[in-house]
Amino acid sequence: MEHYNMNLTVKVWRQKNSSDKGKFESYPVKNISSEMSFLEMIDVLNEQLIVEGKEPIAFDHDCREGICGMCSMYINGKPHGPWAANTTCQLHMRAFKDGDTVVVEPWRASAFPVIKDLMVDRSSFDRIIQAGGYISVNTGNAVDGNSLPINKDNADSAFAAAMCIGCGACVAACKNSSAMLFLSAKVSHLALLPQGGPERKTRVMNMVAQMDKEGFGACTNTGACEATCPKEISIANIARLNNEYLRAGITAEK
Amino acid sequence: MGLTGIFLILFLVVHAGLNACIWANDNGEMFNKAAHFMGSMVAPRVLEIGLFAGLLLHIIQGLMLELSNRGKRKVGYAVNYGNSGSKWYSRSMGLLGTIILLFLVLHLYNFWTSARFTGEGLEDINYNGVEMHNMFGLMKSTFTELWVVIVYVLGCLSLGYHLAHGFQSAFKTLGVHNKRYHLMLSSMGYGFSVIITLVFALMPISFYLGWVK
Repeated sequence: MEHYNMNLTVKVWRQKNSSDKGKFESYPVKNISSEMSFLEMIDVLNEQLIVEGKEPIAFDHDCREGICGMCSMYINGKPHGPWAANTTCQLHMRAFKDGDTVVVEPWRASAFPVIKDLMVDRSSFDRIIQAGGYISVNTGNAVDGNSLPINKDNADSAFAAAMCIGCGACVAACKNSSAMLFLSAKVSHLALLPQGGPERKTRVMNMVAQMDKEGFGACTNTGACEATCPKEISIANIARLNNEYLRAGITAEK
Repeated sequence: MGLTGIFLILFLVVHAGLNACIWANDNGEMFNKAAHFMGSMVAPRVLEIGLFAGLLLHIIQGLMLELSNRGKRKVGYAVNYGNSGSKWYSRSMGLLGTIILLFLVLHLYNFWTSARFTGEGLEDINYNGVEMHNMFGLMKSTFTELWVVIVYVLGCLSLGYHLAHGFQSAFKTLGVHNKRYHLMLSSMGYGFSVIITLVFALMPISFYLGWVK
């Protein structure tokens, strides 16, 4: 693809802290290379703001390789921007044309309060994982290969669910701010493997209870989460989560 | 939501099947007999109570779900995700449900209160010595007004879109996660919503245009 430079207007949400009301600010950025990543463009803008004596834009980022789940920008009406199956850090500026106005907002959900500018507090996801997204066994030494046979389809589905990087785009995209795609990926990944078996019932009950406590909405199967997920987590996992929850609810001892 | 939804879907099958008797073109004899059967037997009467309970539960659940979900995002977006992420009707179940409820008020007033309580606009008819309500006649006179026909068609369209999402969503809520079944159920759901919408919407249209005699 041919390289080109562009001038853009970036309309960004600025908010001093969680109690500030916040507002949009528009900034012109010049000579942006189509080879840059979106975050590099924000870096350039921040350099520009620092030179102008203004506060740089606060945003989350870490690996910039699309695997950590830290970047969290809602770009032009879609979490992680216009490309499918993509994180903000892997979005490149060739997605935009010279003269475009790009609107950047933080994830919006009561369970993800804004800390500053584009940074939101996603510790609610950590607390959901703490409620049951693990297995309580001493794993010891690595076991011999194939000592625990696992059906290929189940292994594939479990790995596909384990792809979830917990970025929260599903919550940001959902009209109900529901965390069901995230939770269903975590529950499915363990429910499909034998290691997850012993705590299967308590896990789903506790994680759902924690999700409700954190103030996420309920799922109405609109499919916006699946459409936006950078790791293409299937909405079929949500149905599996419902199945796990119903079964556990009926048969759990307590 | 899912369970009550499937219960109401089953009711729609019975309702559409029974009402399709109007197209027998026998001046309503088959339809009136079917309606009389439903009204005079004990089982349908008991099911009727269940139907109202199911409908009420579905409305209460829907209202609570909608209200609770709306409160989960205090500050909205400047640019909405919109139709590129999900179908408009899957996001508008509350609105579609409200339109259906408003339509139901008119629908129950037109036929149910009349047949059950007031007898307004309703005459009796005699088939082989059995006296029964002439529901066919009531339909015929109700659907002479254009505005009633338009409201009914709009009600049916809302129901169609409500079902297009609701049918397959209900099964997901109940935990059907098999991908083969998903495909089957979503195709069935679309087919069902189109058929139900067509069957019901064609009833007032057929009377208005004089297709049934």
